[in-house]
Amino acid sequence: EEAALATMLAAYRGVWVFVEQTEGEPAKVSWELMGVGAQLAKSLGVELCAMVIGENVEHLCHEAFAYGATKAYLLDQKVFHFYRTEPYLDACCYLIAKYKPEIILMGATGMGRDLAGAVATRVKTGLTADCTGLDVDDKRNLRQTRPAFGGNIMATIMCDKFRPQMATVRPHVMQMPEKTGDATGEIIQERFEIDEASILTKVLEIIKDKKAGVDIAGAEFIVSGGRGMMAPENFTMLQELADELGGVVGASRSAVDAGWMPHDRQVGQTGKTVRPKIYIACGISGAIQHLVGMQDSDVVIAINRDKEAPIFQVATYGIVGDLFQIVPALTQCIRELKNQGPGTI
Amino acid sequence: MLVISCIKQVPDTTQVKIDPVTNTLVREGIPFIVNPYDTHALEEGLNLKDRYGLRSVAISMGPPNTEATLRKACALGVDEAILLSDRAFGGADTLSTSNVLSAAIEKLGAEESVGIVFCGKQTIDGDTAQVGPGIATRLGYTQLTLVDRIEFLDLKRNVIRVRRKLEGRHEIVEAPLPVVITVVRELNRPRYPTVPMRLAAQETEVKVWDNSVLKLDVETVGLKGSPTWVSKIFSPERDKGEIIGDGVGDPEGTANLLIDKLLSKDLLAV
Ligand SMILES: Cc1cc2nc3c(=O)[nH]c(=O)nc-3n(C[C@H](O)[C@@H](O)[C@@H](O)COP(=O)(O)OP(=O)(O)OC[C@H]3O[C@@H](n4cnc5c(N)ncnc54)[C@H](O)[C@@H]3O)c2cc1C
Ligand SMILES: Cc1cc2nc3c(=O)[nH]c(=O)nc-3n(C[C@H](O)[C@H](O)[C@H](O)COP(=O)(O)OP(=O)(O)OC[C@H]3O[C@@H](n4cnc5c(N)ncnc54)[C@H](O)[C@@H]3O)c2cc1C
Repeated sequence: EEAALATMLAAYRGVWVFVEQTEGEPAKVSWELMGVGAQLAKSLGVELCAMVIGENVEHLCHEAFAYGATKAYLLDQKVFHFYRTEPYLDACCYLIAKYKPEIILMGATGMGRDLAGAVATRVKTGLTADCTGLDVDDKRNLRQTRPAFGGNIMATIMCDKFRPQMATVRPHVMQMPEKTGDATGEIIQERFEIDEASILTKVLEIIKDKKAGVDIAGAEFIVSGGRGMMAPENFTMLQELADELGGVVGASRSAVDAGWMPHDRQVGQTGKTVRPKIYIACGISGAIQHLVGMQDSDVVIAINRDKEAPIFQVATYGIVGDLFQIVPALTQCIRELKNQGPGTI
Repeated sequence: MLVISCIKQVPDTTQVKIDPVTNTLVREGIPFIVNPYDTHALEEGLNLKDRYGLRSVAISMGPPNTEATLRKACALGVDEAILLSDRAFGGADTLSTSNVLSAAIEKLGAEESVGIVFCGKQTIDGDTAQVGPGIATRLGYTQLTLVDRIEFLDLKRNVIRVRRKLEGRHEIVEAPLPVVITVVRELNRPRYPTVPMRLAAQETEVKVWDNSVLKLDVETVGLKGSPTWVSKIFSPERDKGEIIGDGVGDPEGTANLLIDKLLSKDLLAV
């Protein structure tokens, strides 16, 4: 039995990344996965391959090479124009059965989760969701570390008796690899016979979202200001930092009551409950009614000139100082990093 | 025609602790609730019951105390509630969970045709969003994830048209029944049970199906049927209260120090 398992495991080789695209436009997470995929491929001594499925998507193979893949499996057919589970599921399973990769990585996006869950079920293998850490143990097995319970615990998950080992990773979790200009690779153009008439699911319309109003409850980064901001015009400073982070500006009730910010930005008991990746509290003392609205954020950063302010008790990182000096310095620091090019930040 | 809502019982908090001795999750004393997304799956099942006269069924796989969760579904008005519970089902990952749920749906379908299976988008404990696609794939139903609106249900033609909520876009999709739909919060507002309904629910029978009813190969359920297993469980580093640098004497340096910390923990990205 053990010998049979060893033979099965040995039949699977290579690290694959599914290149997600919508009408030819790639999802950035796919390139982020190339970075971690390359590390895994190196530890295993195997190739990093892109799996590209769509219509008129050959350019994505070349882009995958620029991000570190050395091979691309390409299914370029009209039937794959819109993402639909059935044809993509069939196509993936066809490629997996034929080329037997040992690891498949997909973005934990709406599309990636839809496809990965279906593929893993069809090929009867394990799938680890939302990994934040991926590496290989001494038996060539993938160690998959992921948060559960809203990030309050971490678990390392193994799938050592089944192949391929499948994992999804959320956008922005893995570092974007450097893009090289002159990279080349081998394209393996495949064809999968599938009849459009047999697929009864139809995508009738794709509606791009308009830039909506500010929704602090859904934001990943929030920079909030309190009474310490002193005046409404000073919130521009917070907006600049939020813009650099790709986030939004929130406020304490004192700031809202003072008329400096609208009520839909208020965080706390009588405002919104937020759970961003990073919450930066500037000039907010940390009253309990404010804390209940933000203390489950993944990381809390407090900037306050009073080192006894209760906000520091819930802060992951605290800076004791004048926000009017610290906040512009943070913004400046991020701008400089961005100017050094992609991949740095 | 049946509309089936899959609901999972989850701890009423994500603030779970790890027992430092056994390295397992401490579950004692934590109250349980219906997974928040699943309350929307339930609501939509009831909606379709009210509007189209479908028969609504709630199913849940879990330990015997999951009965309480199903009783809540009864109080809201489902026609039937079934608990899938067996020692052999314990320790399941998403692959073996979808196996048990699919078997129950198939069994229900043998008596009366299944139109729609509703699942939540994901749970707040395991958090994988994989069980819905697992059920759809096993049953060969059309899979429609992340639905935030049902445009229409046409029972003459047996088709449904929905809107899916994706990153930066929405998608209008039409598919023939039967379908598995995973729902997001925007889909509806869950109703609350009235006191008489809650009292009546105390009398309703929650059926229990164990593996003598589902007759699944024990190698394909529970821990045995799970290709993934948890090798280690630990608390994330969370060094609260760390004061960084000298913000008064050196604001720029301190700002740099903070950004370095965030970068080293992979917390910043463009
Ligand atoms: C720390 C930890 C990490 C884990 N990581 C993984 C992992 O990466 N991969 C993996 O395969 N398993 C994993 N599991 C196991 C997994 O969470 C299972 O418990 C599984 O039974 C349900 O998965 P889920 O909670 O993620 O459900 P999801 O897939 O998020 O649930 C989606 C929907 O499916 C329905 N549903 C799910 N479970 C039930 C149920 N029991 N009864 C009725 N309806 C249900 C609900 O409608 C729910 O909203 C992990 C478990 C733990 C404790
Ligand atoms: C029923 C009820 C509901 C409430 N609901 C909410 C709610 O939803 N949300 C909410 O936020 N509050 C709520 N509150 C109010 C709450 O109790 C506090 O009054 C409020 O949060 C204080 O706001 P603040 O931290 O901005 O102001 P303050 O408590 O005045 O704190 C200002 C802070 O700024 C610091 N500071 C000043 N200048 C600087 C500078 N230059 N650099 C650095 N730091 C500086 C000070 O040291 C101080 O710590 C509620 C209260 C009640 C009674």
